[in-house]
Amino acid sequence: MIKILKYSFSDLMRSKWSYIYLIFYLILGFVLLFLNNDVSKAIITLMNLIVVLTPLIGTIFGIMYYYNSREFTELLLAQPVSRSKIFFGQYLGIALSLSLSLVIGLGVPFLIYGIFQSTEIFNFSMLLVSGAFLTFIFVALSVLIGLYNSNKIKGFGYAILMWLFLAVIYDGVLLIAMVMFRDYPLDNLALAASFFNPIDLSRIMILLKLDISALLGYTGALFQKFFGTGAGLVTSLFILLLWIVIPVGMMLKKSKSKDF
Amino acid sequence: MRESYQPVLSALLNKKCFSLFITFLLICSYVQATIITVCQNCEVSTVTQAVQMAQPYDTIKVQAGEYETVSLEIKKPLTLLGEPGANLNGAEKNYILKLLADSITVSGFSILNSGRSYTKDYAAVYVYKASHVKIINNKISKAFFAILVEKSKNAVISGNNVLGTAKKESQSGNGIHLWHCDSMKIDKNEVTGMRDGIYLEFVDNSLVKNNYTHHNVRYGLHFMFSNHDEYTDNKFEQNGAGVAVMFSKWIVMKRNHFYKNWGTASYGLLLKEIYDGEVYENRFEENTIGIYIDGSTRMTYSRNTLRQNGWGVKVSGGCYTNVFKENNFISNSFDLSYNSQLNDNTFNNNFWSEYTGYDLDKDDKGDVPYRPVKLFSYIVNQTPETIILLRSLFVDIINFSEKVSPVFTPDKLVDESPSIRSF
Repeated sequence: MIKILKYSFSDLMRSKWSYIYLIFYLILGFVLLFLNNDVSKAIITLMNLIVVLTPLIGTIFGIMYYYNSREFTELLLAQPVSRSKIFFGQYLGIALSLSLSLVIGLGVPFLIYGIFQSTEIFNFSMLLVSGAFLTFIFVALSVLIGLYNSNKIKGFGYAILMWLFLAVIYDGVLLIAMVMFRDYPLDNLALAASFFNPIDLSRIMILLKLDISALLGYTGALFQKFFGTGAGLVTSLFILLLWIVIPVGMMLKKSKSKDF
Repeated sequence: MRESYQPVLSALLNKKCFSLFITFLLICSYVQATIITVCQNCEVSTVTQAVQMAQPYDTIKVQAGEYETVSLEIKKPLTLLGEPGANLNGAEKNYILKLLADSITVSGFSILNSGRSYTKDYAAVYVYKASHVKIINNKISKAFFAILVEKSKNAVISGNNVLGTAKKESQSGNGIHLWHCDSMKIDKNEVTGMRDGIYLEFVDNSLVKNNYTHHNVRYGLHFMFSNHDEYTDNKFEQNGAGVAVMFSKWIVMKRNHFYKNWGTASYGLLLKEIYDGEVYENRFEENTIGIYIDGSTRMTYSRNTLRQNGWGVKVSGGCYTNVFKENNFISNSFDLSYNSQLNDNTFNNNFWSEYTGYDLDKDDKGDVPYRPVKLFSYIVNQTPETIILLRSLFVDIINFSEKVSPVFTPDKLVDESPSIRSF
């Protein structure tokens, strides 16, 4: 498995897309810091961006790599290596290389602007952690979609649709539902609904740092408990972890029974 | 020890010009007050005893030690000076000091353990119908009310440190409580752990300056029915709500710092039924609601900075002809929120950190008007639970479409010349 991970990882590291991704984040970080010259402000802007962008790039990269390396995968399948090792190794290769681009791409500009001397170090590491989580989740989901769809066009379509659904449509539906049923107690629904969407979940994790003063304005006791204490952060992180474990598990299970 | 003028007096009485001496005596006793020293091993060992034997305008010096003082009434102008370590202990029974005459000074004491009651306002220092009272540099702790002043004028309350243990509003008193007073000066006090830090009711022409009130159960500073007052350079931190100004006119609020007043009913500044006030150069940072305005008219808000509040300014019904100019709205979750579509207030030349327009003619004013009320703030007003969707991409999209063609938000609420630079 480690060998396959190494191979996928170095394969991706050699490809120009990883570099483009890395350079994109480098430029983004430098430009934001140059324009704001204020680490905390730059972090706020980045937080808004990362919850949308990392899932999108994770999705596209994941599905692209899965289809591109299909022939190589088939070659590997002919070898005496277990299937779960092959797919898990490939998955880790993609997710790790993307996360690395993210961490290096944003880490370098912020390091140069002195993040360690700033009080924002916790917010910044929070940002990188949620970005990495989102990458791992969306790569897993898109590889899963690839496994279920042999047709490339269909697979791509579903993957993009999944991103669009989780990033935009889900919130829209939730908003409409909440406005329609506003006469009923909604705080349970609101919290539970956000657990079913990793983008919402990491957005809330970020809100806990940024907009805590607004979140505490709402009267519900559940909100108070969730947002007012450390429970919110711990629960969010745990559920994000579930969001990685479950798709990866499904991926491995599907890979065992799939007929290539 | 009480020094006496008796020998001098009898010597003088032998002479004939009697009336002259009487006059001299009067001046003498007025100007040259005696000093009575109180300590635990002295001839005068309690403060009560000292107050009883003192003549008007005498000074009582209290040395270090524990003095049980229960409901001590002072009915003549005296100066009470506490040396470091002089504790006046009320034994949790009643009032501690009652100042019932003009020109009393109480300074340097540590005053603790007043009584607690649900029917009487027991206070560590109680002032009634007195003028020119000075309460300076005292440390007041475990009191029901710390300083309670009624129907008084021209008092100075300065440099006191009030430390309470309040948990519930109904079981606690206020730090500095003024009722029916005029021309008072309250400065450099620190109040923490009480119900209201500083409470003014029917108090006119007074100044509240350089105080620091924090971690109080209700308000840091509370005005009711008080006119022509000014509060400047105070800091209000983590109170139930920062400052509430209610039913008052001509209040000036200047250079105060409202910080981290968090909670469901928490504001930096709450204005209810306020007319003709001025709010300028204040800083509101990380409050749930920076300024909450309800039924306030003809107010001017200028040069304030609102940073990282949940709501910068929340406007409720009945607010007319208020002017907001040259304020900084920086990184608030919502800059401005209205609960109706009516607007009679003016927003002009403010700095909005979320402004995305441009300035082609380089006059430091944006060429595109800014609409500070977002659709999402309207939705959150209607359905508070939707707050959980804050900063979602979908919310950004609907905010953008509302910005292009306003339907739900007041369409006349526009800053025509938003500033490009912060003030």
